[in-house]
Amino acid sequence: MEITTKQFKSCDMVTVKGRIDSSTAPQLTEALEGITGDGRYKIVLDMSELEYMSSAGFRALLSGQRVCKRYNRGEIVLAVVPQRVQEALELAGFTELFKTFEDTVEAVGNF
Amino acid sequence: MSKTTFAANFDSLDDIREFVGEEARRVGFSDKEIYAIQLAADEASTNIIEYAYDGVENGKIEIDCSIVNEELKIVMRDQGKPFDPSSVPEPNVNGDLAERKIGGLGIYLMRKLMDKVSYETSAEGDNLLTMVKRVGDRG
Repeated sequence: MEITTKQFKSCDMVTVKGRIDSSTAPQLTEALEGITGDGRYKIVLDMSELEYMSSAGFRALLSGQRVCKRYNRGEIVLAVVPQRVQEALELAGFTELFKTFEDTVEAVGNF
Repeated sequence: MSKTTFAANFDSLDDIREFVGEEARRVGFSDKEIYAIQLAADEASTNIIEYAYDGVENGKIEIDCSIVNEELKIVMRDQGKPFDPSSVPEPNVNGDLAERKIGGLGIYLMRKLMDKVSYETSAEGDNLLTMVKRVGDRG
């Protein structure tokens, strides 16, 4: 898995590429904590190049969302969610915890 | 029928998904079903590594795939502590952010994604987890 982060004026974008499972989910947690640790809580997760995500990834997203949404200071939103990942997120009841956008521009515009 | 043994650590998850994915493809499952089977196998293996072996080094997971009567049967065998997934309570998948607990989510997904999930202890004391998916189940 590869993660890149980019800082915009209104938010940060985290791009995940490849597969997120129990082995690689800690990298996602680290990337999210790197941003929230700097006091920024508005994050777009670009999933356009994500192939796979297990519940280990869901767990990383859930803890990240808790931190971001505290005191209404921000949130994590999801952009370009692949169909298979979307189906798993729905099964886990996660789609109601995250706003999702069809493209990254729209997601960034949310902030 | 094919059987392979994997080291019980997270680095094996890629290979485990590939192995069950190949078996599922041979049976003729759709891409959506193959993804579901791979995810279920990943969640099951993750649980074995985290709970049955719980830090034990050199643990092994043996995975046996077979096709019987239009069903793909995946049996996972490990020599860790007895771990019965059905003892784990169902997670809350409807509550708000504060109410969500991540524990049990993997097992919940396994149950949703597969048609049958069962657990038993073998005569030798191994954990045996069996998951079945029927060919042609759309959804």
